[in-house]
Amino acid sequence: MRKITYAEAINETLREMMRKDERIFIMGEDIGRYGGIFQVTKGLLDEFGEERIIDTPISEAGFVGAGTGAALTGMRPVVELMFIDFTTLAMDQIVNQAAKIHYMFGGKAKIPLVLRTNIGAGRSAAAQHSQSLHAWFVHAPGLKVALPSSPYDVKGLLVTAIEDDNPVMFIEHKMLYYTEGEVPDELYSIPFGKGEVKREGKDLTVVALSSMVGKALGAAEDLARDGIDVEVVDPKTLVPLDEAIILDSVKKTGRLLVADEGHRRCGIGAEIAAIVSEKAFDYLDAPILRVASPDVPVPFSHPLEKAYIPDEEDIKRACHELFTK
Amino acid sequence: MQISKEKLAKMYEVMVKIRKFEEKVVDIFARGFMPGLAHLYVGEEAVAVGACSNLGRDDYISSTHRGHGHCIAKGGDVKRMMAEIFGKKTGYCKGKGGSMHIADLDIGILGATGIVGGGIPIAVGAALSAKLRKTHQVAVSFFGDGASNQGTFHESLNLASVKNLPVVFVCENNLYAISTSQSRAQAIKDIATRAASYNMPGTIADGNDVLDVYDKVAEAVERGRKGEGPSLVECKTYRWRGHHEGDPKRGARYRSMNEVSEWEKKCPIAAFKKHLLSEGVLKEADLKLIEEKMVKEIEEAVEFADEGPFPASEEILEDLFT
Repeated sequence: MRKITYAEAINETLREMMRKDERIFIMGEDIGRYGGIFQVTKGLLDEFGEERIIDTPISEAGFVGAGTGAALTGMRPVVELMFIDFTTLAMDQIVNQAAKIHYMFGGKAKIPLVLRTNIGAGRSAAAQHSQSLHAWFVHAPGLKVALPSSPYDVKGLLVTAIEDDNPVMFIEHKMLYYTEGEVPDELYSIPFGKGEVKREGKDLTVVALSSMVGKALGAAEDLARDGIDVEVVDPKTLVPLDEAIILDSVKKTGRLLVADEGHRRCGIGAEIAAIVSEKAFDYLDAPILRVASPDVPVPFSHPLEKAYIPDEEDIKRACHELFTK
Repeated sequence: MQISKEKLAKMYEVMVKIRKFEEKVVDIFARGFMPGLAHLYVGEEAVAVGACSNLGRDDYISSTHRGHGHCIAKGGDVKRMMAEIFGKKTGYCKGKGGSMHIADLDIGILGATGIVGGGIPIAVGAALSAKLRKTHQVAVSFFGDGASNQGTFHESLNLASVKNLPVVFVCENNLYAISTSQSRAQAIKDIATRAASYNMPGTIADGNDVLDVYDKVAEAVERGRKGEGPSLVECKTYRWRGHHEGDPKRGARYRSMNEVSEWEKKCPIAAFKKHLLSEGVLKEADLKLIEEKMVKEIEEAVEFADEGPFPASEEILEDLFT
């Protein structure tokens, strides 16, 4: 199997899906002529033209709403929000309109809208271009939320997202765009709500999201040398969430760490910890721990940003703690 | 523009239907049969009817919290509307939406919305969809003077104009948001002048003259269908009742009752009736029949709403995803 980057995997998925279904079109800032701020949509304008690859003015509420209206009336738009930080400008359209229309209208009206965006610090882009706000969207019923962690996963999850008739927040990670992995040539669909055990282990469970999956796997290699056998679970989607795979793992290992780049307070770790404590309390041999970003805006200066981003060391430290607590 | 006798009669009928529906809602709301909020269209009937009479079944409209008039004008079923505002399972949205979220996708009603300005970009999206599918559908976006200050208004007009989309932006300027008058909310007097900022035609219609609204919107709809892009039509109108049922003394906190009665004298239904009689289009007896028919339809709508069941509490988790 050939190796391609996460960005290339997204690019070829969009290309092939658009060839198959003329209802799919892409809309966003600089996605056409420029090829996307991270070059994810490079070359698509040449193939599909300006009608289907739409460079928008800077007006997130306007074009996300337009995406909703187009989805309501027979099209399948893939709208890009350049950074998750910019979803704030479109929050009414995402949360009050797209997420709620199907339910508020009593089950009619489908909104097959994909909102692609990216999270993550690490490029010194500072506080307003580095956030990981995916927890906000998990908290808005009516949205599906996917966080692909690898080139293989991003392709399969994007196919599913585009084929889903519901609004999907498709949350990429900017530090993963140039990472490589094996990706099949053909299109394939990875179902939502089905996580994957990326590394089997018997001593403790790390549930990791997005870029933290790779870090958890790296930490696991080191921890193996310390005699700690780590199981890494990647839920892949937060809505729907594969609770069973998490609970099965915790029932096996008895110890849980959740690793996510969102803020600690009210982050994904808090939600997963609550679920596990409700449903697998008797299996726990230690309190549930979280590795997350601190509750501060993302700082600019390199040493500060490094201190902000949860990394392999943080994961290893927490894993050791799980045995000493 | 020449309108057939049948169509004129139909326009009158729909205006009366809206008026009777809304007056019935005043009554049932006051008697506690309707939960939540009611934002009524009494006095504005000519705007919805004048605009929607230019549209086919497969054209789109996006509506507002004051949306009963738009829905009825676009062909909405008053039984299902009434049942929805009662919160019944037989309502348009199975009771899940209420007055502010009535929608009928089969006849192009993309939904009322409770967020001021929230529906404007959605109409732009419907127009984009029509353009991509190469149909000649148009999308009419209804919104008020208050919404014309919301960011989405500006983003939507800009996007529609730069992408040349078949949208008709219909601004129902009834001079007040809730209590904030238009003159306290914006430095301009005619919202239509904002069209120039987006390089599209902006016209003003007398919101109490259904034929004037019809003509102005007709021009805009034709532009859209011919691929000439969006337009803004500002309709000068007035809501006779308060912002919502429960707004003390029909808005007396922020407007004078003199002003209200001046506008009531310009009743769009009375004016149209006079016109139809003087032009010999319809006779007094015809008009009376229409009124009686509409009263009956609304009575039947209330019966339908009354008879329908409430949704079971287990239904709360249904319809989240398709």
